[in-house]
Amino acid sequence: MIKLRINGEERALEVDPEMPLLWALRDVAGLTGTKYGCGEALCGACTVHLDGEAVRACVTPMRRCEGRAVTTIEGLSKDGSHPLQKAWCEQGVPQCGFCQAGQIMTAACLLANVPKPSDEEIDRSLAGNLCRCGTYTRIRAAVKQAAGIEEGSR
Amino acid sequence: MTGALSRRGFLGALGQTALGGLVLTVLPREADAKDEKDKAAKSEAPRVDKPPPGFTPNVFIHVGSDGKIVIMCHRSEMGQGVRSTIPALLAAELGADMAHVTIEQAPGDPLFGDQNTDGSSSIRNAFVELRQIAAVARTMLVAAAARRWKVAPESCHTEKSKVLHAGDARALTFAELADDAGKLPVPKPESVKLLAWKDLHLAEQSLPVIDAPAIVNGTAVFAADVKVPGMLIAVIARPPVVGGKLVKFDATRALALPGVKQVLEIPAPTPPYVFQPWGGVAVLAENTWAAMRGAKALALEWDLGKNASYDSQTYKDELSKSVSSAGTVARKVGDAEGALGKAAKVVQAEYHLPHLAHATMEPPATLAHVTEKHCELWTASQDPQTAREVAAKTLGLQTFQVTVHVTLLGGGFGRKSKADFVAEAALLSKLAGVPVRVQWTREDDLRHDYFHSVSTQQLTAALDDKGAITAWRHRTAFPPIGSTFNVAATRPGAGDLQQGVTDLPLTVPNVLAETCEAPAHVRIGWMRSVYNVFHAFSVNSFIDELAAARGVDPLAQRLELLGPPRKVSLSELGIEKLANYGAKLADHPVDTARMRNVVERVTQAARWDSRKQEGRALGLAAHRSFLTYVAVVAQVSKRADGRIAVDEVWICTDAGTVVNHERARSQMEGAVIFGQSIALHSGMTMKAGVAEQHNFHQYKLTRIGEAPRKIHVDLVESEGLPGGIGEPGVPPVAPAIVNAVFALTGQRVRELPLEKHGLV
Repeated sequence: MIKLRINGEERALEVDPEMPLLWALRDVAGLTGTKYGCGEALCGACTVHLDGEAVRACVTPMRRCEGRAVTTIEGLSKDGSHPLQKAWCEQGVPQCGFCQAGQIMTAACLLANVPKPSDEEIDRSLAGNLCRCGTYTRIRAAVKQAAGIEEGSR
Repeated sequence: MTGALSRRGFLGALGQTALGGLVLTVLPREADAKDEKDKAAKSEAPRVDKPPPGFTPNVFIHVGSDGKIVIMCHRSEMGQGVRSTIPALLAAELGADMAHVTIEQAPGDPLFGDQNTDGSSSIRNAFVELRQIAAVARTMLVAAAARRWKVAPESCHTEKSKVLHAGDARALTFAELADDAGKLPVPKPESVKLLAWKDLHLAEQSLPVIDAPAIVNGTAVFAADVKVPGMLIAVIARPPVVGGKLVKFDATRALALPGVKQVLEIPAPTPPYVFQPWGGVAVLAENTWAAMRGAKALALEWDLGKNASYDSQTYKDELSKSVSSAGTVARKVGDAEGALGKAAKVVQAEYHLPHLAHATMEPPATLAHVTEKHCELWTASQDPQTAREVAAKTLGLQTFQVTVHVTLLGGGFGRKSKADFVAEAALLSKLAGVPVRVQWTREDDLRHDYFHSVSTQQLTAALDDKGAITAWRHRTAFPPIGSTFNVAATRPGAGDLQQGVTDLPLTVPNVLAETCEAPAHVRIGWMRSVYNVFHAFSVNSFIDELAAARGVDPLAQRLELLGPPRKVSLSELGIEKLANYGAKLADHPVDTARMRNVVERVTQAARWDSRKQEGRALGLAAHRSFLTYVAVVAQVSKRADGRIAVDEVWICTDAGTVVNHERARSQMEGAVIFGQSIALHSGMTMKAGVAEQHNFHQYKLTRIGEAPRKIHVDLVESEGLPGGIGEPGVPPVAPAIVNAVFALTGQRVRELPLEKHGLV
């Protein structure tokens, strides 16, 4: 039994302590917004926040989550009103959408630490998040929009 | 999924009448069926409940008496924006306010016509038919209003879900008219009048991405997100080599793991592989992690079979040998061999591209729930009707006993129109007696893909003593997709060469194209833009090489080879027929004026003529595919560490009429990144028959830091017949980048990816 806080809610999950957080979220906690893309921390599709830090849930065992706070895409805002979520819709970022929860969760961590990131900081922060559809230029534009940085790249 | 379930009942209550010649089947209402027996006989879909009250002129549109409008999207959404585009097109032709429209995803069913979301065909193959479907509904609503007002229907029009009467303020909502409209006879689709394109007001709109809100809050449903009670997750240990067979296995350790419930053997396929499962051993568990661990814990012994000798390095040499002698003629104008024999100078180059993997961000997944007489599937399928047929065949059921719900696809690129992962789920659910969701791992996806063909192209040109190009010879060798369906297919067919070889306009007096032997040792499949990838690469690279050999500007060289504006005849091309992506040549000719236009526009936008003064290295490429003309200019530079960076890309596209400009732009942006991955990083190689790249550290894709700072998309305004959007942006990207690398460094790269040469 692992006790942790998920999206503000106290949860006790009956899981093997070695089970990666990704599968505990998806298969046990019923939160499927966090995606499986590689299982080796190579694509970033499973990015969530662990005590406010962006981690790859696919390589984060549940034992590391005991007593800690996890935020997933479902918990980023109550109603899709996080500036990144709004910017993502306004910029039309998603194509297939599969990687986007991970992109947004990574970007949310970036903006929490660096409110007005430079282009290089955006690229460096999101370097671990693959998008096969190729939405990168719009991701940059949406991060900047959410950060209130003037510049459209559409 | 509830929408799809309720819809099934709605569908089942409709009869089915196929109208000859139409791509999409348009149905009469329930009342039009002669009797209950007739209704049942006409519909394959299970009948569950009555349609909701309102007006349902066909399977695509329902106007509720409550004013709610349902529009079906019959094509699979994989990022190309089809769910944002088709319903918007239908709503515009209907005169519906999108605020009243609910979009439902159609199940796999021939009632919807062709659902194979493939070949960039969703709009181009059904542009008129889709609009007719909506125009039928509009015509009936207008007729109902006109009857009530006792006016001529011609004096009415629709707008924002209302019928309005010209000249006065009379208006009735669709809700108020739905019941009356439902009592009118359904006109034939070809008899109704379509609105003028400009009156749809789609060209000037930036349509919203329909699924974006659900994507950004995590509620969008992909195949792996669907759950049903009692379900187990299956992860499969497959033979490392295609065609390999299981000798023996021991599941003791796997079965001892907590959560693992069953271990089942999947029989080995027999060639041709088509959409059969790869075979292997499946571990079924309560959760995905347990299933993955279980699959790793199996003790397995394989007979790897004859493909275990497949080695990419050796095969490259074989292909090189294959194109070094004459092949089967696919295109012939004049006497190229004769001209080459008399040439003052011969320019020759050989290009090699590796196998590529689709590498969709979402690995394949399907949930199957099989009972004695029914199979219900939730799948990330590009081709739900084929998925349905494959499942039926796998299970020994009739097609109508299989229901296919299509989820969102986390990328498709052609991978997910192959139904092998659907067959696996159906088989395992039957064997296990419970619902089973098959989950491919990333390693499974990369190792067991239907790979894009490895290829070698030899291009040879003859120059006379004045430097004029007198002959062009193109030999192409690649294992064809046909090999997946027919073991006898060991070289490209002439039809395969329509993708960039036989449809290429050239103002050269002697032209020869040949196909050369290239047997397949893996499953070959179509990947976004298919054979155009390597044909466009070699042709555009060679044009650049000819320009350098002749001391001509690459833009001038291209325009010279393209020749004057004209519609190119089959005799000029030196072929007897052109598949032309299924379109009539009269509707979609090979039009050099359109190609010249995109080339001229893209080079102007990229300031081609002033590039040298400005110290910028640019590369140009252009290609027609899927009936769309695309030209690309890439600007590259060297980073501080000496690696190549793609700084800026311009892409100009003439796709005829574009329904959704916003998504078309996003497809072009995505195509640039997809093409950049091909140019810079991606390559799948085989050693002893086994794929050497297992995950994203080995099979590399473009990451954000490498994406161009700017991608300038220019869509040509047109009211011509639509061409494709999803694929045609890809082919010119890699050659534009490689030509830019030549402009920057003088180094000519003839084998991709650039990474192999230490350039990135």
